Amino acid sequence: MGPRELPHDPTSRPALVLLKDITKSFPGVLANDRVTFEVRPGEIHALLGENGAGKTTLMNILYGLYRPDSGEIWIKGKRVNIRSPRDAIHLGIGMVHQHFKLVLPHTVAENVALGFWGTPFWAPAKAIAQKIRELSQLYGLPVDPDRRIWELSAGEQQRVEILKALIRGAEVLILDEPTSVLTPQETAELFKVLSRMKEEGHGIIFISHKLDEVLAIADRITVMRRGKVVGTVLAKDTNKAELARMMVGREVVFRLSKAVCQPGEAALRVEDLHARNDRGLPALKGVSFHICRGEILGIAGIAGNGQRELVEVLTGLRRAEKGRVFLLGREVTNRSPRLLSDLGCAHVPEERIRMGIVPALSVEENLILKKHHRPPFCRHFFLRTAAIRAFAQKSIEEYGIMTPSPRTPAKLLSGGNIQRLILARELSGKPAVVIAAHPTYGLDVGATEQIRQILLRQREEGAAVLLVSEDLDEIMELSDRIAVMFRGEIMGILPAAEATLEEIGLMMAGERRVQVP
Amino acid sequence: MKRIGPFLLEPRLSPSRATVFLVSALSVAVALLLASLIFWGYGLNPWRAYAAIGRGVFGSWPSFSEVLRRAIPLILCGVGLTLAFRAQFWNIGAEGQLLAGATAATGVALFLPVPDGLRLPLMFLFGFLAGAVWAVIPALLRVKLGVNDVISTLMLNYVMSYIVEWLVHGPWKGPTMRGFAYTDAFPLSARLSYLPGTRVHWLTLVLGVALAFVVAFLLARTRLGYEIRVVGQNPDAGRYAGINFTLVLSFVMVISGGLAGLAGVGEVAGIHWRLRSPAHISMGYGYTAIIVAWLARGSPVAAIFTALLFGLIFAAGDYMKTVLNLPFQITGVFNGLILFFLIGFDILMFWRVRIARKEKEGVWTSQAGS
Repeated sequence: MGPRELPHDPTSRPALVLLKDITKSFPGVLANDRVTFEVRPGEIHALLGENGAGKTTLMNILYGLYRPDSGEIWIKGKRVNIRSPRDAIHLGIGMVHQHFKLVLPHTVAENVALGFWGTPFWAPAKAIAQKIRELSQLYGLPVDPDRRIWELSAGEQQRVEILKALIRGAEVLILDEPTSVLTPQETAELFKVLSRMKEEGHGIIFISHKLDEVLAIADRITVMRRGKVVGTVLAKDTNKAELARMMVGREVVFRLSKAVCQPGEAALRVEDLHARNDRGLPALKGVSFHICRGEILGIAGIAGNGQRELVEVLTGLRRAEKGRVFLLGREVTNRSPRLLSDLGCAHVPEERIRMGIVPALSVEENLILKKHHRPPFCRHFFLRTAAIRAFAQKSIEEYGIMTPSPRTPAKLLSGGNIQRLILARELSGKPAVVIAAHPTYGLDVGATEQIRQILLRQREEGAAVLLVSEDLDEIMELSDRIAVMFRGEIMGILPAAEATLEEIGLMMAGERRVQVP
Repeated sequence: MKRIGPFLLEPRLSPSRATVFLVSALSVAVALLLASLIFWGYGLNPWRAYAAIGRGVFGSWPSFSEVLRRAIPLILCGVGLTLAFRAQFWNIGAEGQLLAGATAATGVALFLPVPDGLRLPLMFLFGFLAGAVWAVIPALLRVKLGVNDVISTLMLNYVMSYIVEWLVHGPWKGPTMRGFAYTDAFPLSARLSYLPGTRVHWLTLVLGVALAFVVAFLLARTRLGYEIRVVGQNPDAGRYAGINFTLVLSFVMVISGGLAGLAGVGEVAGIHWRLRSPAHISMGYGYTAIIVAWLARGSPVAAIFTALLFGLIFAAGDYMKTVLNLPFQITGVFNGLILFFLIGFDILMFWRVRIARKEKEGVWTSQAGS
């Protein structure tokens, strides 16, 4: 295939950034296959695609973190060679990573001064503070230069990252999944800032996999799938269905069919739960709720507001300091993970590779984890190979786990198949309670759809499901009731049918509390 | 992908058995090649030196039997260490555990009033228990208090070593030994028999080989072995699955230390017939066993063969000392070089190395190379 035709605009100045026929391969994966992408001054150009489509790889190449196998990079009409982020910064490229790169105990000014060549040797923070004030004024980015980073919300930290890039003279700003840590209100604020920057003539690359927000903010949208550019479209000429089709390669159903909730007795009940996080600070401050059989309770909230600690206490991995947990009417506060698992509490963990599997062990061995000590997999101390193999065959078929063989090491599976493996294991033996933490995080659309269906089926079969997710759409779509967490407390529990995105957003930001009936 | 000079390194997710074997063999070969510089430095032709050693070691059954004799404690300690390493417990303390076993066996041999027929079985039993107790201490320290296992196992070696020194210079010093720092000689009922014409105490050898297979079966086919592998490969998943770390790690160290203890029993009951200075009892078997287990890549059965390799190096070392007049530290140099290259060459196992040239425009293209 020859070089592709570029979207043409004869009147414009040279593109700020032109990536031409970029190819980059990793062992076994062609992450970028002759990708061409450009950003012009005064444009917000969205890069849309599923996880693993190659968006981040492409941006890491532009930011000098990777080197392309072949292809050219042009900045303002000049061919360049970007060897490191330092080169990229000098060429006027700034990047706001999905996970912020800030020094938490330091102030805003100190963070901005760090590694900036314009920083004076003496009293660096003071000189920078003045510049920060000017720039915040210009772009509408209110930040106090003297506050310490750990005191700031995620939205404010993101502003610091944007300021860092601007003060280094960034003309092109790359934002990698910038809204994943924001409340809906903070997202609106961010979009205002981006529009302001666009007016000032900056070029913005907006990486996302969320269709709605891309349509809301971008001028042009380039869709990537499996390392290739599917196409570039103008935002005003397209719609959600077309973008989804480009992204996935087939039609996507946006609504899952869901039976009416028929809640039974309470399977999980939590009363006034208190716990501390790894740093010894209070992370749960009096959390109470219950989940009935045949019901999904969604926990919404920005990451780090106690969701992780809640899941860990409920699965026996963290001690509760106060409060009580009842599983099927039996008190199980601070009992061992093994007992909870034996009593029918399934756990789909947040970090599926770090915790959910043993990467070096085979698929069949991973499928019996947690159940390895009980019949039929173990009798009188010895493992029963035949029973293990039969169970593996059944699980692989039933859940569609794509693996060369049951004896393949689990680490060789893709993320979606690892999650299928974990679900097959956790949901075998009809659990009464399913605790699912971020079950579709980082998965492609196909796997996401399947895993949501599986959770709904559990609900129909009478399991009580606790769903923790940062994806508000997922929470709204699957849950029967939604609990919103903020700083270790539940701000309220709403029936999903009555909840609005706006109301949940306010509760996520701690600005609203609803009395739990 | 990483780049070092003209080399491109690609990660290899799960190396095949053939790769593991070839890389291990390569590291041993390079170590031997480098060691030939030492011969050269002493004015010997390395090729001839190796040939002479080969003739010396393999030339006759009695001299070859020395390889087996040296391999016995290495098999027992090495098998135990493979188990500990599989659980990611860094037991550097086989030396001390071996001495603990030797001490307990000496106690039974000299001071316990039991019928002659029971003496050897009891020596093995108490030797195992003493090694196990010495090894369980660091396991409990790590699980309960988070004490680093490398440090605690290593330090306990010194403690045990000084206990033995104190015993042979003090309370257990043999009245019939004319002032030497030995205990009295063991009664005949506490001595192991040899294969004819050799000093191979065959009972300990059989025990070591059999236990290697038992440990391999334990790892692959039992609930406990499964838990050991989970804990070793991914401790977080172990906690998630509700595995009792105290139980699993204690058991691992009971076996690991117990096997080293058995090695100690074999040395005092088979070779020395008395307890004497730690340097004479062990010659660093406990430390060499670390390399044995590492080279075996965590496989207890493979440890039998790697132990034989190091038995060969010990036997060759004896030959080099006596016939070629090289200093006695030569065995240590060989062991050190092999471990060094073994660890260094791990990179070849997990990374595929290719040569890539750089083009003028600064765009990299790569070529498949070796």
